[in-house]
Amino acid sequence: MQSRNRASHSVEYSGIPSWIYAVAIAGALLVILPLVAMLARVNWPQFIPLITSESSLAALGLSLRTSAASTMLCLFLGVPLALVLARGRFRGQQILRAFVLLPLVLPPVVGGIALLYTFGRQGLLGGTLEVLGLQIAFSTMAVVLAQTFVALPFLVVSLEGALRSAGGRFEAVAATLGAGPTTVLRRVTLPLVLPGLVSGAVLSFARSLGEFGATLTFAGSLEGVTRTLPLEIYLQREADADSAVALSLVLVAVAVTVVGVSYRRHGFLGGTGNTSKETPTSVVSSGSRR
Amino acid sequence: MSGWTRPGMRGGRTRRGRLAAPLAAGGLILALGTGLSGCGNTSASGPETVTVFAAASLKGSFTELARSFESQHPGVKVVLSFAGSSDLATQIIQGAPADVFASADTRNMAKVADAGLVKRSAKDFASNTLAIAVPLSDPASIRSFTDLDRPGVKVVVCAPQVPCGAAASAVAQSAGVELKPVSEESSVTDVLGKVASGEADAGLVYVTDVRSAEGRVQGIPFPEASAAPNTYPIAALKTAGETELADDFIAMVNGSEGQRILSAAGFGPAQGD
Repeated sequence: MQSRNRASHSVEYSGIPSWIYAVAIAGALLVILPLVAMLARVNWPQFIPLITSESSLAALGLSLRTSAASTMLCLFLGVPLALVLARGRFRGQQILRAFVLLPLVLPPVVGGIALLYTFGRQGLLGGTLEVLGLQIAFSTMAVVLAQTFVALPFLVVSLEGALRSAGGRFEAVAATLGAGPTTVLRRVTLPLVLPGLVSGAVLSFARSLGEFGATLTFAGSLEGVTRTLPLEIYLQREADADSAVALSLVLVAVAVTVVGVSYRRHGFLGGTGNTSKETPTSVVSSGSRR
Repeated sequence: MSGWTRPGMRGGRTRRGRLAAPLAAGGLILALGTGLSGCGNTSASGPETVTVFAAASLKGSFTELARSFESQHPGVKVVLSFAGSSDLATQIIQGAPADVFASADTRNMAKVADAGLVKRSAKDFASNTLAIAVPLSDPASIRSFTDLDRPGVKVVVCAPQVPCGAAASAVAQSAGVELKPVSEESSVTDVLGKVASGEADAGLVYVTDVRSAEGRVQGIPFPEASAAPNTYPIAALKTAGETELADDFIAMVNGSEGQRILSAAGFGPAQGD
């Protein structure tokens, strides 16, 4: 908060020509205008009944539960992945990073097809899973897997950025004082990058909430089991446009809240705002990172 | 860092400069808008075209029909757009430049008609019935419709909100079979995908879908399906610039060649003809 005030009081040369603002406004409108248009289409008198119908509540509940579960899975798998990518040194690191980030640019449908051929009944691991008594197809687990697949890169990117800008100075000091690698990770590294970790987790949650293509392809669509809010919206659009618009608004509201809260507190991707300012690592980081 | 927009806005900027930004933004949006609408106009000013919006299930047969129509009308181009009937109806109501609409159900045609966009009344031109689709390996050995409610059989259907799902529940009700699907998909294509990939043991799709997915799924026709046939209506739209071409195309669909192509794809004749 203090640093923000300082920045706004100092009169600096911004270096932004006025026409840049024009294009920036057009860019902002491209995103905002459709949301306003949707808002104008909401059937307000029916809004509450529409969003509290049995199927709507089932979809919203399922979305929140699965998104929470996939965020947990993202944290469990993503933190080690980000650490390895930011701090590790090994052959193929760049390739690994490229593959981990791939779901960011991949159409989710493609992700769904890939998951189907991995975890499906006829898939690569399908036979093994069936022996273990696990049936993933058409289960809520399939929804969580699809969401984790698309959301994991958000956590990894955020955390890797935070780890890089934090540098390794404090860890090096801790190590010279006799702390083992796990203690350093737990007591120094993770607290240091906590803002980045939180915003990464929030983004993963938001991305999971919006997951549609991979779920539709991989998990199917059944009320209370696999039909999350985006799938419910897609289905309602066929029969009842009012209901689809009302539910879309709910999804937008949840997403705006989640992302808004994370942005205000930590800055977007990386959460580097606090850590980079408070730890002047630029001089030592290149030497101490190993 | 976070205050970077403010100094620029404050620091000695003139009134003209501050106004210029939103004005230019408005101009840019206008330019974008006219640029986009320009895309739509080019088709009218080029060679003669007739734009046909048709239900996804008509893809194979209407592509063939369009090719034949073009060869009979030199210089005419048929522009085809295939999607779910409900999507197409929404697009037409929102002003999409279609000349002909062929819907997979009467309900979506009625939506377009209610919006006052149909030129004359719509005419039924084909019908479609449900069939059971099973994977080539047929893991659950499905033989009849009543096999679908055996415990442990993974059945996938369309959701009741879409035409194929409405038909599925009507058929199940009249046959006294209680379906407990593992998934209710939003489109026939999704049902077919789940069956073809072997995720599901059986799915309810249209006869024409089984025909077009030959080699990926096995089709099992069942007599109970006749309880809920789907009727396909077609109509020329008021937005049609080329009135005669739209009517010519519809005449061809209803004519002997159109009916032959449709029946080869698995469609039945229009009910009540």
